[in-house]
Amino acid sequence: MPILLIAEHDNSSLKAFTLNAITAASKIDQEINVLVVGNKCESVAKEVAAVPLVKKILHVESPNYENFLAENLAPLIVKVSEPYTHIIASANTFGKNFMPRVSALLDISQISDVIKINNSEEFLRPIYAGNAFATVKSSDKKKCITIRPTSFDAAPKSGGSASIEKIEATETPNISKFIKKEEVKSERPELGTARIVISGGRGMQSGENFKLINSIADKLNAAVGASRAAVDAGYIGNDHQVGQTGKVVVPDLYIAVGISGAIQHLAGMKESKIIVAINKDGEAPIFSIADYGLEADLFEALPQFLDELNKLNTIQK
Amino acid sequence: MKILVAVKRVIDYNVQIRVKEDGSGVNTENVKMSTNPPDDNAIEEAVKLKEAGKAKEIVAVTIGEEKAQETVRKALAVGADRGIHVKSESYIEPLGIAKILKKIVEKEKPDIVFLGKQAIDDDCNQTGQMLAALLSWPQGTFASKIEHKDKVIKVTREVDEGLETIEINLPAVITCDLRLNEPRFASLPNIMKAKKKPIEQFNAKDLGVDITNRIHQIKVEEPPKRKGGVKVSSVAELVSKLKNEAKVI
Repeated sequence: MPILLIAEHDNSSLKAFTLNAITAASKIDQEINVLVVGNKCESVAKEVAAVPLVKKILHVESPNYENFLAENLAPLIVKVSEPYTHIIASANTFGKNFMPRVSALLDISQISDVIKINNSEEFLRPIYAGNAFATVKSSDKKKCITIRPTSFDAAPKSGGSASIEKIEATETPNISKFIKKEEVKSERPELGTARIVISGGRGMQSGENFKLINSIADKLNAAVGASRAAVDAGYIGNDHQVGQTGKVVVPDLYIAVGISGAIQHLAGMKESKIIVAINKDGEAPIFSIADYGLEADLFEALPQFLDELNKLNTIQK
Repeated sequence: MKILVAVKRVIDYNVQIRVKEDGSGVNTENVKMSTNPPDDNAIEEAVKLKEAGKAKEIVAVTIGEEKAQETVRKALAVGADRGIHVKSESYIEPLGIAKILKKIVEKEKPDIVFLGKQAIDDDCNQTGQMLAALLSWPQGTFASKIEHKDKVIKVTREVDEGLETIEINLPAVITCDLRLNEPRFASLPNIMKAKKKPIEQFNAKDLGVDITNRIHQIKVEEPPKRKGGVKVSSVAELVSKLKNEAKVI
């Protein structure tokens, strides 16, 4: 059952979540081929070739693929997909954008956001923002699947030597054009992959007060998150939002500060290994899922927290 | 310009859903239902284009059981001109929905189709992209800002790394993010007026498209419960537990 996996990259290096998708693919079959499509992305093809779980790279280049427009990628993937039984990508904004387009062109009913693979036809996926899990079985001959990357470990990335096969670009429809990408630059680790995340909610009361969160984030080398309420109130940019409509995070430690724990927020963080809640409302739903709850005024607790952390000298970076 | 907006009736986002004991799905009996939240943004954006004099007509379409009409009626109350209700008593997968919408598009010939980026029930995030594929139209997914200019539309997209701006030719499919706009509430007079606006009805099975589901839902279960932990009495105790017990700092 050969698998075609679409690598996510920026034409110079591979995006980490591709490795998680490769692990997921390996639960279906060992015959994993990876499509590296882009422009001047030879270094990415080489990087993927070193991943031991990967058998072969299909490498294709064209200026039309430089910005990964779904309209341009879909005809290529459809053409390449012929010998494969499964087509896999990450369920992030990269995979979510083009995969349904590929599925529809192949007349396949896509399975989105898979968190567990039972066998080659049966998958577990969250519905209702993770408030229920559905086990589904596809009767399509070929399956199009997107994988929730945080539900699978990253595959080891060195030691392999897969072959790289150059393939031809296909015609692109020329109906869409890339203008620009504004990436949010930060000194801190990326929210989606950080080992520790500290998030603030409506209880922070202002954007200014997020400096309390930021100083702890700096101390712990953590990413800064926020609830939708804090984003809607304008305290912090929406690229920090954790939840159903924001990012799903699975860090080792998640610290929720002044966050009551609305369903939509819990959907984005409740798979974290250890959850800490700091909230002055002892009845807040966040406490029902927190491993450690501290019922306290955050404006007193956060400075104390920083003091206590400063006393420790063993913070892992 | 003519705009088609697709809306879906789902369990209200404020409702804590309950999984049926027999594992056959989620309980929808006597549960508050509403329009899928980003579909409200889709309607709002269409109405804004009409108010700006760029769109002449807005058609709202839904697919589902008899009561799904309520979502069309709500769209009519905030500014859509007429409605279409494609009736189906059973669940149709996004691919089938996209095929039905394609039929509607071929009949109505809109310049833009707006949809919510994702439905909050099955969380598939597929229908808009699939419709665009079937029509060979470009797609502007997860849109948080749009600028219309003659034959093209500039779409700012919410992507993992930040924001991406693309320019797509019309006709196009656009899927809306919650940040696209602030949906308005319908006024009482407009709700009354909406009752007189026409809603055309079809049966899904009469449209001549293959809407057979290919994904069998074997069971639906509650996610493993996370057991609440302990309450700590001080920050010092918290830090000590994180360091010595959980070993995460």
